[in-house]
Amino acid sequence: MTQKSENVRTKNKISVVLAGNPNCGKTTLFNQLTGSKQYVGNWPGVTVEKKSGKVRNNLNKNIEAVDLPGIYSLSPYTPEEIVTRNCLLNDDPDVIIDIVDATNLERNLYLTTQLAELGRPIVIALNMCDLLEKNGDKIDVALLEAKIGIPIVPISASKNVGVDKLIEKVVQISEKSKYVPVKNIYSPVVNKTLCEIEEALEEIKQHKYHRKRWTAVKLFEGDRVTWAHYDFTQAQKEHINSHIEEINITKNIDREMIIADERYKYICSITDKVLTRRRPADYLSISDKIDNIVTNRFLAIPLFLAVMLLVFTITFGAPGTLLRDSADYFINDVVGSGVHSLLVSMGASEWSQSLVTDGIVAGVGSVISFLPQIMLLFTLLSLLEDSGYMSRAAFIMDKLLRYIGLSGRAFVPMLMGFGCTVPAVLATRTLENPKDKRLTILITPFMSCSAKMPVYLLIISYFFADSGPLVLFGIYLLGVAVAVLTALLFKSTILKGKNAPFVMELPPYRMPSPKSLWLHIWERLKDFLVRAGTVLLGASVLVWFLQSFDFSLNMVTPDESMLASIGKFIAPVFSLCGFGDWRASVSLVTGIAAKESVASTMAVLYSGTSILNSFSALSAFSFLVFVLLYTPCIAALSAIRREMGSAKWTALAIVYQLAVAWFASAFVFQIGTLVTNLF
Amino acid sequence: MKTLNDLKLGQSGTVIRLGSSGALRRRIIDMGITPGAVIKKIKAAPFGDPVVIVVRGYELSLRINEAKEIIIEE
Repeated sequence: MTQKSENVRTKNKISVVLAGNPNCGKTTLFNQLTGSKQYVGNWPGVTVEKKSGKVRNNLNKNIEAVDLPGIYSLSPYTPEEIVTRNCLLNDDPDVIIDIVDATNLERNLYLTTQLAELGRPIVIALNMCDLLEKNGDKIDVALLEAKIGIPIVPISASKNVGVDKLIEKVVQISEKSKYVPVKNIYSPVVNKTLCEIEEALEEIKQHKYHRKRWTAVKLFEGDRVTWAHYDFTQAQKEHINSHIEEINITKNIDREMIIADERYKYICSITDKVLTRRRPADYLSISDKIDNIVTNRFLAIPLFLAVMLLVFTITFGAPGTLLRDSADYFINDVVGSGVHSLLVSMGASEWSQSLVTDGIVAGVGSVISFLPQIMLLFTLLSLLEDSGYMSRAAFIMDKLLRYIGLSGRAFVPMLMGFGCTVPAVLATRTLENPKDKRLTILITPFMSCSAKMPVYLLIISYFFADSGPLVLFGIYLLGVAVAVLTALLFKSTILKGKNAPFVMELPPYRMPSPKSLWLHIWERLKDFLVRAGTVLLGASVLVWFLQSFDFSLNMVTPDESMLASIGKFIAPVFSLCGFGDWRASVSLVTGIAAKESVASTMAVLYSGTSILNSFSALSAFSFLVFVLLYTPCIAALSAIRREMGSAKWTALAIVYQLAVAWFASAFVFQIGTLVTNLF
Repeated sequence: MKTLNDLKLGQSGTVIRLGSSGALRRRIIDMGITPGAVIKKIKAAPFGDPVVIVVRGYELSLRINEAKEIIIEE
C-alpha cells in the first residue's frame, strides 16, 4: 500500500461514496447523480443500506457512486455507522463526497473531520445553500475551503444546482494522488501524543500508511474495533498505551470526549469566521412557528389525532369513494363489458370467454379498481413523511409508547405500516436496540396495510353498506389495539429489557417537493402494477382454472371443482370463526402471495351476489378481523426474515400472527353469536 | 449540581460534563453535547417528556433520563 500512495491513477473507473449526516440530502444528491429513484424522506435514517449506481456525466467517465446510510460519527455503535465505516475502510473508494448541510454547519463538519482522517481524497458538497440564503445567513465558501483544506462545491441537490460542477471536481480530484496528507486539527498536547502513537505504529508496520492518523485517533479513543483489528503483542500494546497515558484525564472526562471536544473546538474556530448569521438570536423561522403549534403541549395530541382522522376521512370518505367508483365503472362497465362483447363478436369459445371475464377481469380488475384509493392513502402518508411531521410524531408519542415498552422512534415504522409493511419493516433499522427492533417488526404487520383495503371495501360493500366508515375505523383501531397488547405481552416476557435511550434530531420542516412525492407514489404504483401483472394475474387465472375444472379436467360448476375439494379440506379450520365456506379459505390462502389476492380470489369465486349466502354480517366481520391480523404477504415476510436476522424469530412471528388472527376472529364470532342468541 | 433537566423552558446553560456511559454517552458526544457547548431547552412533549434542546444550531430531542446525565452551569 505504501508504494501505491504516490501513484497517479490511470484506470478508467472512478469509485465514489456519498457520506454525510442523516437527512442532509444525501439520497437526493444520489438520485440527481445517478438518475435513479431512491426513496427520500424527511426524517433521519431513511437510507438503511448502501446502494450504488452509475453517475450520469458529459465527461465520458465511468463513475460508480455508492449511497451510504446517514451517520453522525464513525464510531462503531449503530448498524448504520458500522455499514458506513466498513465501506469506507474496506472498499477503498477513490473519492469521498462528504455532503454537508449548510444550515447545520457545526455538527455536519464534525463528521467531516473524521472522514478527513481516512487520508482519502474528499470533496465537500455544501448542500442546501439556497435554504441558508433564504434564512438570511451566509457562508464564506472560499474562506471555509482555505481553512479546512478540503475542496468545496456549493450545491442544491433538490434543485439540481451545482451538481455538474461537483462531478467535474470529483473527476479532477480522482486524477490526482489516491492519498492525501491529513491536516492536524488537535491541540499541541494531543497532537504530540497522536504523533507518538503513529510512530509506534510505523515501527510495527501494521497499519495502512495513509490511514495512520485515523488509526492513532481510534486507538487513543479506545475504539474496541480498531484495537481488535490489530494483532498487537502484549509489549506493543503496552508501548502504545504508555503514549496514550501521557495525557492525564480528569474525572468525568475520557479520551473519547477529549477527541470530540477538540474536533468541535477546531470546527467552532472555523465557523466563527466563515458563518455570518444575519437574523437575531430569537428569530423564529417558519419551521419554528409551525413547530410551536404542532408540538405544543396541549395541542400536539389533538392535532395528531386530527391529522390521522383527516387522512382516514380523505381516503375512505367522499374523495376516496368517488375515485373508487369511477375506477370501478371504468374497469367493469367500460373495459370489462367491452372485452366481453369483443370476445363474443369474435366467436371465442365458452371457456376462453369465462377465463377472461370470470378469471382475469373479475380478479385483477376488482383489485385495480381500488388502485386510486390506495394511491391516495399512500400520497397522504408520503406527504407527512416528506414534510418532517414523522419525527414530530415520534417525539410527541414517545412517552405513550414507552408505556408499552417501545421508543418514540418505533412510531415511524408503525405509521408507515398503514401504507405498506415492507418499507415499514425496513425502517426499523433505525432502532438501535435489537429488542426494540424485534418488537417493532412483530407489531408492524398489525397496522393494516393498504393492500388489505380492497378486501375490507369488498366485504363492506355487501354487508355494511350503511355503517362502512364505522366498521373500517373499528378494524384499523383493532389492529392498533392488538399491536399494543402484543407489545405489552412480549415486553413483559421474552423481550424484557431496559428502555433504549432516545436521542433524535428534529429536522426543520420542509416543503415536500413534487418530485420526491412522485417518487414515493411511483415506487408503490410500480410495485402494485407489477403485482397485478404477475401474482394477481397468475392467482386469478389459477383460481379460475381450479374452480372451473375437476380433477379429470372436465368443465364443471365451482362446487364440484378441484378448488372446492382443496378448499373443503382447509375449511373446517375456520368453522369456529364463522367462515367455514371453502371459498373463504381458498381466498385467505391466496392472500399469502399478496393481500389484494384475497379480494381478487373472492371476486372470481363468488360470482354475482352468491357471497350474501355464504356470510352473515357477523361472519363477514370475523372474516375481516382474520384478514386484518393474519400473516402478512410473502414480500413482507421476506423483509421480516431479513430484519429479524433469525429464522426462529420469523417463524415465531408467523405462528403468533396466525394464532392471534384465528383466536380473535373465533372470539368475535362466538361472542357475537352468543349475544345475538340472547336477544 | 445542575443538570439539563433543571433548566426551565427557554433557559440556556453551558455543558460542564456528562454522566452515563458506553454507546449512549458516545451518541450524546457525537451530537455535539461536549463541555463548553451552549444548550437551550426550548420545548417539552405533551407529557413533559422528552424535551427539545437547541445545541450547535439545531434541534435535538432527548428524554429526561438522558437530560439528567448532562451536567451544566447557567
